[in-house]
Amino acid sequence: MIELEDLTKRYGDKLAVDGLSFTVRPGTVTGFLGPNGAGKSTTMRMVLGLDAPTRGDVRIEGKHYGELREPLNSIGALLEAKGVHGGRRAYDHLLCLAQSNGIPERRVGEVLEMVGLQEVARKRPKGFSLGMGQRLGIAAALLGDPRILMFDEPVNGLDPEGIHWIRNLMQQLAREGRTVFVSSHLMSEMAQTAEHLVVIGQGKLLADTSMSQFIAENSRTHVRVRTPEPERMRDVLVEAGLRPVTGGDGALEVDGGEAPRIGELAAANGVVLHELSTQRASLEEAFMRLTAQSVEYHAYAPGADGTQLPQTPPGAAPPPGGAAPPPQPGQAPPAWGEDWKRGR
Amino acid sequence: MNHTTRVLKSEWTKVRSVHSTVWTLATALIVSVGLGALICAVTASTFDDMSTGDRLTFDATYTSFAGMGLGQLAMIAFGVLIVSAEYSTGMIRNSLAAVPQRGTFLWCKVLIAGVLVLVVGMLTSFCAFFLGQALLGSHGVGIGDPGVLRAVVGGGLYMALIAMFAVGITFVLRSPLLAFAILMPFFFLISNILGNVEATKKVGQYLPDQAGTTVMAVVPETLDRPYGPWEGLLIMVAWTAAALVAGFIVLKKRDA
Ligand SMILES: Nc1ncnc2c1ncn2[C@@H]1O[C@H](COP(=O)(O)OP(=O)(O)O)[C@@H](O)[C@H]1O
Ligand SMILES: [Mg+2]
Repeated sequence: MIELEDLTKRYGDKLAVDGLSFTVRPGTVTGFLGPNGAGKSTTMRMVLGLDAPTRGDVRIEGKHYGELREPLNSIGALLEAKGVHGGRRAYDHLLCLAQSNGIPERRVGEVLEMVGLQEVARKRPKGFSLGMGQRLGIAAALLGDPRILMFDEPVNGLDPEGIHWIRNLMQQLAREGRTVFVSSHLMSEMAQTAEHLVVIGQGKLLADTSMSQFIAENSRTHVRVRTPEPERMRDVLVEAGLRPVTGGDGALEVDGGEAPRIGELAAANGVVLHELSTQRASLEEAFMRLTAQSVEYHAYAPGADGTQLPQTPPGAAPPPGGAAPPPQPGQAPPAWGEDWKRGR
Repeated sequence: MNHTTRVLKSEWTKVRSVHSTVWTLATALIVSVGLGALICAVTASTFDDMSTGDRLTFDATYTSFAGMGLGQLAMIAFGVLIVSAEYSTGMIRNSLAAVPQRGTFLWCKVLIAGVLVLVVGMLTSFCAFFLGQALLGSHGVGIGDPGVLRAVVGGGLYMALIAMFAVGITFVLRSPLLAFAILMPFFFLISNILGNVEATKKVGQYLPDQAGTTVMAVVPETLDRPYGPWEGLLIMVAWTAAALVAGFIVLKKRDA
């Protein structure tokens, strides 16, 4: 368990983290979501006692980080900057960390095998690919077999296989009853991994909720209606007490409407329909709406409906096919990946 | 196993597992001994051309240490790299996440580095002395002559202290570039000028290396300082201690 209480960090004039209070609980993957510059990495550095909070407090299993004698046995972390000496063999990198925490040397071989790096154990990491470096960082986090794991943007820049591997690993760790705290700036990523969600923007807490609740509250559904007689159809819908709005391509969008009912209304009034479909707004959109006021640097692009939407961050590759299913059982369709793509 | 012992083991693994340790320390030894030998050989062959005054105050021991002025730069490089690599690679965050007791972390690193540079420093000093004296032939001195053993042991201590001074300064500066840019020209050129030019000598002779080298001289006229050899070394010890304490304070106070 990680408990944050009014955690605040100021760098000069910049309030990087602003009064964060929340608890990261064991047994689930907690996603830590926020746009770039929201303060995720700063928060994680404060959890590890690397940066001193300006105000507030953070505790690991009830203790301050500095009180831990063998911290790697309680919490393992993969930070944003990988923190590996390129000239020190992978094995020695892990060995020096293990020794400082009284972890037996055989554990080094074990974690190297767990992350699939046993073949390059005696190689120097300066020649490692991004994915291998990430695996080495994760091996270090797993060294002490800790009850808490914290990963800062672990899938950044990884290929689909690497992403898939990390996702499965985090879910497995959570299933073993561990506390898993993972940050990302991509909603789509979190939707596939996390059961609980903490959203921050400009250092402030925006949401602390279960993923399913976040989806229920934030995924707006609407019915899209395309017809050669939009004016008539609009009148019909308004008369029926619905509120249609005209979308970017001239189609009508009906918030909260039901497709069967709208179809029946059209038939009853003899309006020809070219399209009648239910649309789910993507989670990515929901996330952007939530953080819209708190994005540090907007990169505006005109949205399809003429409104302005922040652009999807450049790293936002669509999730790979055959990705892990969402963690919530019995809540299968619609697939998040599809949903997300439609939102583009 | 006790906490400090574990951190010491970890720091030993760190220092032995990178190439830079071997090449900096080997360079320090080879350059100091090699250049010292060269200068001794040249001195031996031109000894008869020296003035009577110079011959009377000739310091055979100090002459065999002539390579250390350059060799010490490799010692400084070792001290800079052992600390700055933590910062330039980001390893410091892993290190402090593993050992949040920053004092333990720093002093264990200092102790491991200190023992290593002391061993290499002594080896350098004794090798430079014996090889140099052999090349000086009849103009050389023996290790049993008055003040000589003190100077040779002092040479080893000097090499160790200069490296540890660099360790302390680099804990303050963090950046390898900055540490090299300040320490290298300073000890290669600037302090020599400040310590020997009449206008600045009064203050300059108290700089760490200027004070420290007095322990390596056997003939007092060699350096002409207002303090004795051990006092000179003590001044250097004080500088080194101050640099390490400054490094400790910065490490303790600043975000990693
Ligand atoms: N060491 C630092 N000094 C000054 N400003 C910093 C420092 N670290 C982070 N910041 C600033 O704090 C804010 C939060 O940064 P960060 O925690 O890295 O965000 P995130 O990880 O969510 O992208 C940013 O505006 C960043 O520029
Ligand atoms: Mg970050």
